[in-house]
Amino acid sequence: MTSDRLRQLLPAFSLAVLLISVFYIQPRTMSYLGLNLLFNLAVPIALATIAQMLIIAVNDLDLSMGAFVSFVACVAATFLRDTPLLGVLILAGAIGVYALVGILIYVRNLPAIVVTLGMSFVWGGLAVLILPSPGGAAPEWARWLMKTKPPGIPMAIVASILIAGIAHFLVMRSSFGVVIRGVGGNERSVERAGWSILWVRAAAYASAGFFAVLAGILLVGLTTAADANIALRYTLLSIAGVILGGGEFTGGRVSPIGAVIGALTLTLAGSFLSFLRISSDWQIGAQGAILIIVLALRVLLNRSKQGAGVR
Amino acid sequence: MPSEKSVIALDGARKHFGAVRALDGVDFHVAPGECVGLVGHNGAGKSTLVNILNGGLSLDEGTIRISGELVDAYSVSRARQAGVRCVFQELSLCPNLIIVENVRIAHRDLGRSAWRKNAETLIRDQLGKVFPGHTIRTSELVGNLSIAERQMVEIAIAFLEISNPVKLVILDEPTSSLDAVLANKMLAYVRQFVADGGAVVFISHILDEVLEIADRIFVMKDGKAVVDSTASKFDVASLVQAMGSVVRENERRDTTAAAGTVAIALKNGSLQAHKGEIVGLAGLSGHGQTDALVRLYLENTGDWRSRRNNQVAFVAGDRSVDGVLPLWSILRNMSLTLLPDLTRRFFVSVARERELGKLWRERIAIRTDDMQNDILSLSGGNQQKVLFARALASPAPVVLMDDPMRGVDVGTKQDVYSMLREEAGKGRTFIWYSTEMDEVRQCDRVYVFSEGAIAAEFAGEDVTEENIIRASFKEAAA
Repeated sequence: MTSDRLRQLLPAFSLAVLLISVFYIQPRTMSYLGLNLLFNLAVPIALATIAQMLIIAVNDLDLSMGAFVSFVACVAATFLRDTPLLGVLILAGAIGVYALVGILIYVRNLPAIVVTLGMSFVWGGLAVLILPSPGGAAPEWARWLMKTKPPGIPMAIVASILIAGIAHFLVMRSSFGVVIRGVGGNERSVERAGWSILWVRAAAYASAGFFAVLAGILLVGLTTAADANIALRYTLLSIAGVILGGGEFTGGRVSPIGAVIGALTLTLAGSFLSFLRISSDWQIGAQGAILIIVLALRVLLNRSKQGAGVR
Repeated sequence: MPSEKSVIALDGARKHFGAVRALDGVDFHVAPGECVGLVGHNGAGKSTLVNILNGGLSLDEGTIRISGELVDAYSVSRARQAGVRCVFQELSLCPNLIIVENVRIAHRDLGRSAWRKNAETLIRDQLGKVFPGHTIRTSELVGNLSIAERQMVEIAIAFLEISNPVKLVILDEPTSSLDAVLANKMLAYVRQFVADGGAVVFISHILDEVLEIADRIFVMKDGKAVVDSTASKFDVASLVQAMGSVVRENERRDTTAAAGTVAIALKNGSLQAHKGEIVGLAGLSGHGQTDALVRLYLENTGDWRSRRNNQVAFVAGDRSVDGVLPLWSILRNMSLTLLPDLTRRFFVSVARERELGKLWRERIAIRTDDMQNDILSLSGGNQQKVLFARALASPAPVVLMDDPMRGVDVGTKQDVYSMLREEAGKGRTFIWYSTEMDEVRQCDRVYVFSEGAIAAEFAGEDVTEENIIRASFKEAAA
């Protein structure tokens, strides 16, 4: 029981350790502006992580996440700004395609990794078609959303808490989330109870698409312009975020709050290295190192749990 | 049978899987207020019947009537609507969800608002009703429960009534993980449920339990119903007899000469085989036979390095999962375990491999014109022959076989039987787990497994169907 609790606290603990180290090295970050700067890039990553988590919850993996977020960013910086109605239609269609991909993977019994890898080229190609060279401009409201300054707490923190709360309600509390995680845990028993696995999977993919669309829009809100390759790193970042946050690749074991914390930790790792005056080339390596350390801790906790004979 | 009264009635039910007739014209009825005990040995068709009743499988032929009404498109959701519930033999909860959430999955009619609170009260009451005095917390993760607790939760969920009334509950080995106290509590609840007008189909390998709880006994054999009558007419002995078939004599090999040296044994001494002996592992499927084989194998080969002259060869049971390399040729599939012996200076000798392929193709009659063909171009039976050749071609003096004849045609079986006898005559030892009585009777000596341990051992003339069934089905509740 105690090691279960410890496991749940591990993501928060790693974030705290990293945050304290950053505060120690650069005390000026301990301010409204500092915190906002530290974390505002984490907001779209957190959304993409939640999207990835929904796919992982049904035992699949989405390798098109980065390309899809880039595609959304390009749509947001062009159509959504110039012809909002058309922009909304395109994005709604994209969510529909996500649902179709989920259906295709289930009906034809295909490996999700292969299908989504293929889709990543489709999304990447579409993004280049829309924006052959970096450019476009963020819709005013998206920019406002990311630049707004609520009193007391920086926007990045507010947004992260909001995302975690909504995702927690959707995935952990609602009946919809229970069925999705049930499919990840034991698909046959869900099927035997009379649920349509097809629709559950389609819904999981569609909600993932929805969160990824939000990630793309907010990313453009931050950067104010888009580029077809703007979010390619999100694929691996989102997977790492889910795992760092206590999720597992199989068995429907996911944690939305953990996933958001995981995304924050990964973002912070980058800044931490900059404060240490280490070149940004090393950042990805450092993120990997953090991932390995946290996972190693988790394995240790699991071992101690088994050793204690708790079933 | 007055089928207007039946909760569910199957008439002339037939279901085939390829050449296997899982159900071969079965009439099955359950009336309200009745508990039917369903018994039969491996492959008798029990699981198929259960899966038809709960809507998981559809019939090839025959009709299903619910409360007297003919149903065309019977499905899982139609079954649930009709009040049919099922507790499966293998545990089927989601381990990553808490108990309350599993209730949500199992009961679609729970409603959307405040379902957590409702499910919590409902399942707590239900657990209290079936297992008074239990200590399970409804907010516990199912993965953290013991096997017995999971089974308790599953039984309680099956009996839980929300908006659809529960009319029929199928219990497939419900007491397999429960101790005597819990099992008795559950049986008492089942009795009450039946007295209140519910119907139950009860499957168990503990015959006393079946006789105690059931009003009617339905015995299946080879996809057919052999007995369907009141339980009071039976005792354990007559039930065992009913499950068996007409005794068929088959000639015994003389193995007294070889019975001297022990060829292989489990480290704990519970199982051993002599040189030149065919030892059978029998019992209901999933009672520890495969584990015993794997243990035997690992204890005698547990080594990181691959080497020549392995002492033990293994013939896998689940061909498609553990046996065949689907992208390789027949020859490659066959020579796999022999590669160290065929290797000279780091390279496989193609000529020797070919030679070996030619030899074995003739010896066991693999039906192909070219051993370089794809393994998947062969029929299932011939694929299995290749896997046999893989084991037999090796010099290993002991061969372990994990129910290798599943879904193999009769002709191939006869070929393999004679091959085994011939090889055993030459001093090779076989340990053979089989779920088929015919095969078990080929063995010189048989260990019968029950609940993960060896329950009985028979040799020579004592290897009879009746003895084996009696040992696989427990006579007294633990």
